[in-house]
Amino acid sequence: MAAPKTIIRFENVSKRYGKVLAVDDVSLSIDEGEFFALLGPSGCGKTTLLRMLAGFETPSEGRILIDGEDISRTPPNKRPVNMVFQSYAVFPHMTVADNVAYGLKVDGVPGAERARRVEEALGLVKLDGYGARKPDQLSGGQRQRVALARALVKRPRVLLLDEPLSALDAKLREAMRSELAQLQEKVGVTFLFVTHDQDEALAMASRCAVMNRGLLQQVATPSDLYEFPNSRFVADFIGSVNLFEGRLEVDEHDHAVVVSPELPTRIYLDHGVTGAHESTVWVALRPEKIELHKRGQGREPPVLEDTPGGHNVVPGIIRQIAYLGSESVYDVAVEGGRTVKTLRSNLTRRDQEDFTWDEPVWLAWHACSPAVLLS
Amino acid sequence: MSGARAQPGPLEYLRRWPIRAWLAMVVIYLYAPLITLMAFSFNTSRRNIVWRGFTLDWYKAALADSDLIAAFGNSLTIAAVSTLVSVALGALMALLLWRFRFPFKPALEGALGLPIVVPEICMGVAMLVFFTEILPWPTDLIWPFNLGAIIISHISFSFSFVAIVIRGRLASFNRELEEAAKDLGAGEWRIFWDVIVPHMRPGLLAGALLAFTLSLDDFVITFFTSGPDTTTFPVKVYSMVRFSVTPEVNAASTILIVLTVALTAVALKVSGGAVATIEAGEGL
Repeated sequence: MAAPKTIIRFENVSKRYGKVLAVDDVSLSIDEGEFFALLGPSGCGKTTLLRMLAGFETPSEGRILIDGEDISRTPPNKRPVNMVFQSYAVFPHMTVADNVAYGLKVDGVPGAERARRVEEALGLVKLDGYGARKPDQLSGGQRQRVALARALVKRPRVLLLDEPLSALDAKLREAMRSELAQLQEKVGVTFLFVTHDQDEALAMASRCAVMNRGLLQQVATPSDLYEFPNSRFVADFIGSVNLFEGRLEVDEHDHAVVVSPELPTRIYLDHGVTGAHESTVWVALRPEKIELHKRGQGREPPVLEDTPGGHNVVPGIIRQIAYLGSESVYDVAVEGGRTVKTLRSNLTRRDQEDFTWDEPVWLAWHACSPAVLLS
Repeated sequence: MSGARAQPGPLEYLRRWPIRAWLAMVVIYLYAPLITLMAFSFNTSRRNIVWRGFTLDWYKAALADSDLIAAFGNSLTIAAVSTLVSVALGALMALLLWRFRFPFKPALEGALGLPIVVPEICMGVAMLVFFTEILPWPTDLIWPFNLGAIIISHISFSFSFVAIVIRGRLASFNRELEEAAKDLGAGEWRIFWDVIVPHMRPGLLAGALLAFTLSLDDFVITFFTSGPDTTTFPVKVYSMVRFSVTPEVNAASTILIVLTVALTAVALKVSGGAVATIEAGEGL
């Protein structure tokens, strides 16, 4: 396989609305064939970035390139990208087929070829035979398919999707996730979608960019975002996390120890941390990476083979239990008053009965589980 | 559903007798005069008081009355022309106010409401002064150009109704539709015809109906701007009534009522499907 070719390139792009900096010096490259997610809370600038790519906004500074060509000033109707809008924006007065044909008609594609391509596009989104219907005879999911077909029929270089699943109900959303991924594989077009839903981004994207307050926080694959976040914002925004503020006590090349006033024991890490001596660090620990052990008369604290004794094991008391079916979330109060979230999979039908309210427990985690964050 | 009549439910107002009585009164007050008018157009007697027997003579008389027919023709011509012009102007005004931001826009929006709130009599006097002092409209032009003054004054009040109706319609336009068309390659002109005008259509139609009926039955303003050769139907009826109320007036009025009801029904029928489709598409 040849090396992936860059298709979209944002070069130091900023967008100002009066005094507000909606997008702050973003540089980003997206490769051909990627399923790329722009992820962030509302107002983080992700939609502005998408709209600048579509041509509905012009960058205040910087350039946007598609296939190496600067399109920052090109009007939207002259760009090789097409968009699926959040409201789908299906033309209500046209039939499904006319909607899909619209872009081709504007381009002057001859009738016979137009009909063939419309048919093909409708087949692609599994709407064969729906051509004569009016949009008000379709469900929300079907209208979204029309919007998809209408954009894809123009064979864009990049397909832009603005919050594609937010208007669908939960079951349909899940079905649509895998369907969108399949569709992207089939047509081979680069997909760029905007979402505030981290599950959606993790499930569909090959790569994600996390944004906050106009700034690009981290660009990585979904698993890297989750397991190796580069900041407290990313760690907290993606999934749920326990954050402990502390200070590096030991920092060798093969291990490190963090002292946190929020925990009665030290945190042992199986890797060194570079460039953080004496400054504050944060340790991010995902709830599912913490083991729950019984504590009480005569029970010894659990032994972790990769961690020296006295580290990574904390006594606590279960304060709250949330039973979620496939798993249970336990809020454990540890010495010092801090509450730590712990997640335990219910592997058998009786697992949720193992622990109960106000039960004394040990929390334990492996040396490779915590992530150290410097910002 | 047992046979016994249950107590009316909390929201079943129509099953309470005071509400039914109220409703009956509303219907009587609204339609009784119209029905009387129509019924007496078939009356044999010259007087609109006693029923003497059925006849179509008054219709014959009305249709033979060349002055009345001429006035009727004038009214329809004035209504048609002023409707066309005020729909075009009103639509452009609505687009301007909806689409653009410019200095004194609130002032313009306020001024748009003036023809609606200014008493018709003031408007009529104003038109009279305007067409005598500032723009004397020649009275010796051939038909239909001699109707110019009336047409202009009708446009000047009906176009703001049209603009307000269409403006209201445009407020519900989803801007993403416009962006979608642009994204698919359409230029401004195409977007206007392919996306914005279809959305405006119910507003255009409602505005046209409004302008047509406003013009057709306007009396006060027309009275001040019409001359001896440019009588409209309401003005003619008024002058006939001043001599005596004969069933001929009833007959002419009945024709007018039937005509406007039929026109409205046709217009609603023609646009009905389109309106329903667009309305349904809106609620997403």
